[in-house]
Amino acid sequence: MLSGDKIRTEHLTAYYGPKPAITDVTLGFAEHAVSAIIGPSGCGKSTLIRCLNRMHETVARTRVEGQVVLDGEDIYQLDPVRVRRRVGMVFQKPNPFVTMSIYNNVSAALRFNGRPSREETDRQVVRSLQQAALWDEVKDRIDAPAVSLSGGQQQRLCIARALAAEPEVLLMDEPCSALDPIATAKIEELIKKLKEEYTVIIVTHNMQQAARVADNTAFMYIGKLIEFGPTEELFERPKESLTEAYITGRFG
Amino acid sequence: MKPFDRHARRKLLSHTIAVLSGLTVIAVLYPLVSIIYEAFALGGGVLFQTRFFTAVPPNACSAISCQTVGIGPDIVGTLILIGIASGISVPVGVLAAIFASEYRAKGLGRAISFTADVLTGVPSIIMGAFIYGYFVIYYPTIAYSAYTGGLALSAIMTPIVVRTTEEGLRVVPNSVREAALALGITKWKATLRIVLVAALPAVATGVLLAVMRAAGEAAPLLFTALGSNLYPTGLGHPIGALPLLIYFFALSPYSNQVKVAWGATLFLLLLILIVNIVSRLMIHRMKVRMGGA
Repeated sequence: MLSGDKIRTEHLTAYYGPKPAITDVTLGFAEHAVSAIIGPSGCGKSTLIRCLNRMHETVARTRVEGQVVLDGEDIYQLDPVRVRRRVGMVFQKPNPFVTMSIYNNVSAALRFNGRPSREETDRQVVRSLQQAALWDEVKDRIDAPAVSLSGGQQQRLCIARALAAEPEVLLMDEPCSALDPIATAKIEELIKKLKEEYTVIIVTHNMQQAARVADNTAFMYIGKLIEFGPTEELFERPKESLTEAYITGRFG
Repeated sequence: MKPFDRHARRKLLSHTIAVLSGLTVIAVLYPLVSIIYEAFALGGGVLFQTRFFTAVPPNACSAISCQTVGIGPDIVGTLILIGIASGISVPVGVLAAIFASEYRAKGLGRAISFTADVLTGVPSIIMGAFIYGYFVIYYPTIAYSAYTGGLALSAIMTPIVVRTTEEGLRVVPNSVREAALALGITKWKATLRIVLVAALPAVATGVLLAVMRAAGEAAPLLFTALGSNLYPTGLGHPIGALPLLIYFFALSPYSNQVKVAWGATLFLLLLILIVNIVSRLMIHRMKVRMGGA
């Protein structure tokens, strides 16, 4: 295993009921880099990242075997709530808290997980919105309902909300699949910047997106990790014939 | 048969069904309109007398000059009984619904929903009889009191609160729960402060529905609250309630008491109507503020 991995899986198998969705995945994600997971629908890429912050187990009748190691510790030996504070997540569809304002959405993790002072919260909200490249668009209506934002803005709000919890790793599950090309471009721009401070892992069904944003790319097929390596290498000189078939569009 | 005939027959059938369904609408609306009309005609004059809302109910009296006020103790009694019943039903009902919907322990959650459904169908007089039976054996001194009356009403309210809250929670998209959990918010905080808040309009609807149902119930109060013509002096004594007053006075042979019963009927009708309208407006506003609507 490469040193410098922030988080890695070891022989990870995750089940829905009796059926494994991913089988024996061993994979390391480098710190301060963007790693992409690509593969056809149903290949287990979402399941894989949902195991990295223990969200997989929130669904009934699911089970995980193997290890997920974060900074040398198996997260399945830790409190899942603590794990999720260190490993943030952005979902496929923007899911802001509809009952809350923009401000309250971003400050949710702070307010519910501790008792920060008003100044501290303010500072963190501004910082997170700036990091998510949303601040300029919302600074005049920070108390407006979150649902008054457009889809792309809502997704950046969700990114800001995840960043405000000060995670070390940020998981993104097809964050652009519900967005138009302009909003997608903004989020991709953002992802490239985020790796300076975070370890970013992104699931995408869009190969061009992986090629544009990721330093490393993993290709999965029917629950198995087929190939993993630097993005350029994987796309230009794939080692596995399955990978080549997929990236040249012969299936998937 | 010629196509023209078939067309005519189809048209006739369509008209007949339209007329029939129109008639059933009248059949459904007639009782409601008639109740409101009668209540206004017979209770209107009584209701707007001075002191109708504050005076104690009149004694039996057959002369023309007899008093036709008031319903003061019964208004206070109904408020106290509903207060006690809501104090029990809202927390118990909401927590049971949360357990059933959010913490679905195998089968137990479904058992709660099923029990609530069955309880909704239990005749309300049985609730009263059961609570009376229990208290008369174990705490006979307060068998007739605001406590037992409140308990009997809460037995009617709780299943309604459980079911409506549960439905409200089910409608909250799962993505909201995931978003909260993924931020490292604990399950109970996410449930109480995010999921339940999103379901609040539904919870409020359920509580008001339950309150309105309980406010109009006489049967469960017959052997619990019992009724009283005096202002309540404590929760351990028999206490009046509007439906009880209506029940007793409507059967009275004295015309002044019958008039008061009509006044109380109109008051109860208007109260339920106003609560209904106000709560709908409130809930609508809540939904708009949450960005739903």
